[in-house]
Amino acid sequence: MDILMNVCRVTLEEGLMYALLAIGVYITYSILDFPDLSVDGTMPMGAIVTAVLILNGVDPWICLPIIFILGMICGAVTGLLHVKLGIRPLLCGIIIYTAMLSVNLVILFKGNGGKTVASFFRKPTIFNSGIANIFPEDWRIVIVSLILVIVCKIFMDFYLKTKSGLLLRATGDNEKYVTMLARDPGHTKILGLAIGNGFSALSGCVIAQQKGSADQQMGVGMVVLGLASVIIGLSIFKNVKFMKPTTMVILGSILYKACLSAALALNLPTEYLKLLMAVLFTIALVFSEKFGGKKTKKGGSENA
Amino acid sequence: MLELNNITKIFNAGTVDETTLFDNFSFKVNKGEFVAVIGSNGSGKTTLLNLACGTIRPESGTVIFGGNDITRLPEHKRAKYIGRVLQDPRMGTCGNLTITENMALADNKNRSFGLGAGVSKKRIEYYKTLLEACGMGLENRMNVPVGNLSGGQRQAIALIIASMTDIDLLVLDEHTAALDPKSSETLMEITDKIVKEKNLTTLMVTHNLRFAVEYGSRMVMMHEGKCVLDINGEEKKNAKVDELLKIFNQISIEVGN
Repeated sequence: MDILMNVCRVTLEEGLMYALLAIGVYITYSILDFPDLSVDGTMPMGAIVTAVLILNGVDPWICLPIIFILGMICGAVTGLLHVKLGIRPLLCGIIIYTAMLSVNLVILFKGNGGKTVASFFRKPTIFNSGIANIFPEDWRIVIVSLILVIVCKIFMDFYLKTKSGLLLRATGDNEKYVTMLARDPGHTKILGLAIGNGFSALSGCVIAQQKGSADQQMGVGMVVLGLASVIIGLSIFKNVKFMKPTTMVILGSILYKACLSAALALNLPTEYLKLLMAVLFTIALVFSEKFGGKKTKKGGSENA
Repeated sequence: MLELNNITKIFNAGTVDETTLFDNFSFKVNKGEFVAVIGSNGSGKTTLLNLACGTIRPESGTVIFGGNDITRLPEHKRAKYIGRVLQDPRMGTCGNLTITENMALADNKNRSFGLGAGVSKKRIEYYKTLLEACGMGLENRMNVPVGNLSGGQRQAIALIIASMTDIDLLVLDEHTAALDPKSSETLMEITDKIVKEKNLTTLMVTHNLRFAVEYGSRMVMMHEGKCVLDINGEEKKNAKVDELLKIFNQISIEVGN
């Protein structure tokens, strides 16, 4: 029983921390219709910079907004490559991802005395300092992550209802429409990519603080993980009335992690983990295609 | 109002498919005119609109709008003064957004898109009165995603959206072409009503000769990048579809509708 409880708790912890990443991918992939691979670079950037900042005595809570803004800058660069230089979305992501491999290593070496893993186990983190201390120790990570995820979700739900948010949704849907509204859709795209990568870096920040360490390897497979969470969430819960897409995506992330945890609990060797991630992603994709996960953009003839 | 002066437009320049559509082409739309442009495929109708709206730029020549040279002005900046409805019903609205959201976005055109509420509740009644005027019952379906509506309904919304804010020119790019005969008839009637009510200067491209005859104050027929017929006033009023067809056949080309 204890073991089961433990598995559930770890699943929740991971699912919630990666839900931040999923929210970011939801913005770029679902709203903007931009398959953004730069996430694989911005997520470990968030983790590594957090480690370096904490090692240098920066308050762990202050790290959150700093990392979010840094992520936004990286996302904006991806957007600029696409909008100003006309490079295709996938290639923009690959360029930024590749560049971040170096950037991250430089930050890591400079801030960590040349080691490839930055550890800060004994330093204060958002899970063991300040407000976190009032929660029971076992559930601290779950509660703090949950609070963060809820704050981010409320922020996104609010944002998507503002004028700027509506314009963002319109940009992903129909760029021509935005042009006809006398707006440059390119600017909105850059903004959307900035917000999306802000969230992905933020999830890196939180995950690093939970692990107490950060390295370049953390970014591997993040795009797949984020996309899978988004697609699982949106396709499973699409018929649930009054559930916001942000909630669906968060639940998708938890479900995805639950599948992985279940497999590991059933003694799947860890080297098969990424393979399993890919398989799950494939299943999610096929499932969402078959049962119409993504909304069709065609006009309904039944109303003609 | 709108002047295209000595325009040259070459497609696929530098390849074997190089075609010169416009060679020293000039065209003028006066304030208050409702111009119907007809012509076969490839005659330059849509290119004319694209040049006016800034979707494409000419190789040489100038585009003057309201006295200002806008030849180099990007499309989205021209959209401040120009409302446009395209042929494809999916292009004039956002399918994933509701009718209200689409209209709220259009309502905010030319203002800043900041962190204020996207939809202002006070304005919804106003949107409804606009929709009521087209008699499609859309005012009762404000929270339906536009993607669930029929092509005719979407075009009607696109038309209302294009003419919602103060514009100096309305550009209609075969906006009835993708609809069935009855829907296109209805849409054309709504178009005429809006144009007359707001006294809009309008440039309409159509494949429907009857629409060109029945609506508008001036009619232009294009062929191979030139205006072969340009009539207004009494002459336009007396124009007949049969006569137009004859001219059309003389220049021996396919007729769209």
